Amino acid sequence: MDQIFDIFLLEAVLNGVLLGGLLALLALGLNLVFGVIDVVWICYAELIMVGMYAIWWLHSAMGVHLALAFVAGILLVGVLGACLHQFIIRPVLSAEPINQLLVTGGVLFFLQAIATVAFGVEFRNIGVRLPGVNVGDMNFSLARMIAFGVALAAIAATYLFLTRTYMGTAIRAISQDRTIMPLMGVNPSRIYLLTSFMGGALAGLAACLLVLQYDVHPAIGLSFGPITFLICVLGGLGNLIGGFVAAFVFAQFISVGGFFFQLEWGYVLAFLFFIVVMFWKPEGLLSKRK
Amino acid sequence: MTTMLKLQDVTAGYGTFQALFGVSLEVKAGEAIAVIGPNGAGKTTLLRAISKLIPVTGGTLEMEGRRYNDLPSHEIIGLGIAQVPEGRRLFPRLTVEDNLRMGAFLPDARAHFAERLDYVYSLFPRMKERRLQMAGTMSGGEQQMCAIGRALMSGPKLLLLDEPSAGLAPVIVQSIFDLIRRIRSEGYTVLIVEQNIQQVLKVVDRAYLLETGHIRQSGSAAELLDSEEIRRAYLGLD
Repeated sequence: MDQIFDIFLLEAVLNGVLLGGLLALLALGLNLVFGVIDVVWICYAELIMVGMYAIWWLHSAMGVHLALAFVAGILLVGVLGACLHQFIIRPVLSAEPINQLLVTGGVLFFLQAIATVAFGVEFRNIGVRLPGVNVGDMNFSLARMIAFGVALAAIAATYLFLTRTYMGTAIRAISQDRTIMPLMGVNPSRIYLLTSFMGGALAGLAACLLVLQYDVHPAIGLSFGPITFLICVLGGLGNLIGGFVAAFVFAQFISVGGFFFQLEWGYVLAFLFFIVVMFWKPEGLLSKRK
Repeated sequence: MTTMLKLQDVTAGYGTFQALFGVSLEVKAGEAIAVIGPNGAGKTTLLRAISKLIPVTGGTLEMEGRRYNDLPSHEIIGLGIAQVPEGRRLFPRLTVEDNLRMGAFLPDARAHFAERLDYVYSLFPRMKERRLQMAGTMSGGEQQMCAIGRALMSGPKLLLLDEPSAGLAPVIVQSIFDLIRRIRSEGYTVLIVEQNIQQVLKVVDRAYLLETGHIRQSGSAAELLDSEEIRRAYLGLD
């Protein structure tokens, strides 16, 4: 009896790890944009929703090969991120943070409404259902395993880009001192645009991974938008490593908490943990700024 | 000697506040020039105007005979003008080497990164020891070395130094001026803005005295050191 119990607990922990990888990818794009531009894209999950619809429409309605639809989805949401910066964020770049928050909040509902007009409120899926994988007595979803692997690879690629290239170094530098960037020959507007494109492309990649697991509908952003934001806050907004760690902590609360009680209770515990951390360490578990 | 930087009747300021009133000056290739003056005279504003960090509202800026008033600030370094800003302004949470990498951001400079990095490390062996240290954790003097090294990574023709001795301990100040002498002997053309008048006049060829946005006096370093007005007002001598 003890043996069985341990196996299922191990399964819950491992499923938490798989979920953590995906949540870490979700947090990365939002954190990157905030860390560099100092603006929170409250509509981040809605960018993912647009990506999911784009992939669904291209693949299921237009018959485009799924791999091609994925590439198109990533590029489309990347461009959407760049446009979001150019036309929505840039005019309010020096405005009060609350105004920036409100304007991206406006975009959130705008995108939801547009999606409802375009595709209705029905749940849509791309008709791909990946099998489960059995390891001993444990069962894992293949879609989740793929999501975990791809998310980790994307996070590693982003890390290498930020630390090993001139553009990546400039992205890290501009978040520390924006005003002297021109003295380095860097045009700050271009760096912001590139960062926004990257943030969007990461949302697009998340859309590829999520559309394999979930049906898309106009309000799907609400199922993971708040979690993504809370994870970023938990890790210290703008702190990429903090967000990465927080994603795995949060995922364990959801997965193991759900194992001991019920699935819904996992979320209750995770959000309770978040509230406690906000009292205890409001700047986040791994804070960048005081 | 050919003229490198030439300013004619330059006016500039912040919003409605005018800080420079028709400043003219010239820097020839190979020269070291100082702009001296009291706090608030507009010295930093002058360097910001040269680098186009603030808009120039009148007059002309010329580099090697080419008027560059209309270039955006991020293209000035491409003309060969590198600035070490006031307060050093390193990226505190980047390593020394990443700070130096930022100095070589322009495509032309990237091609010479390895060779210039060796050069900067030979000039400042301390920077090589600290290459993986976060720049913000170094002492003021070390940060100044790193900031100068960062500017040299672009392979500049003209180096602008804004108050290199400000905020440093007196014993470090001396070593900073020794450093500037070395930079000079490496053949760089230097325009330096300083409040430490006595010290800076010992390392430059010529100087301009800037007061409330106007050039009041100019001449060789020796002439200014001997000038009645400067001795009384700035050096505390009779």
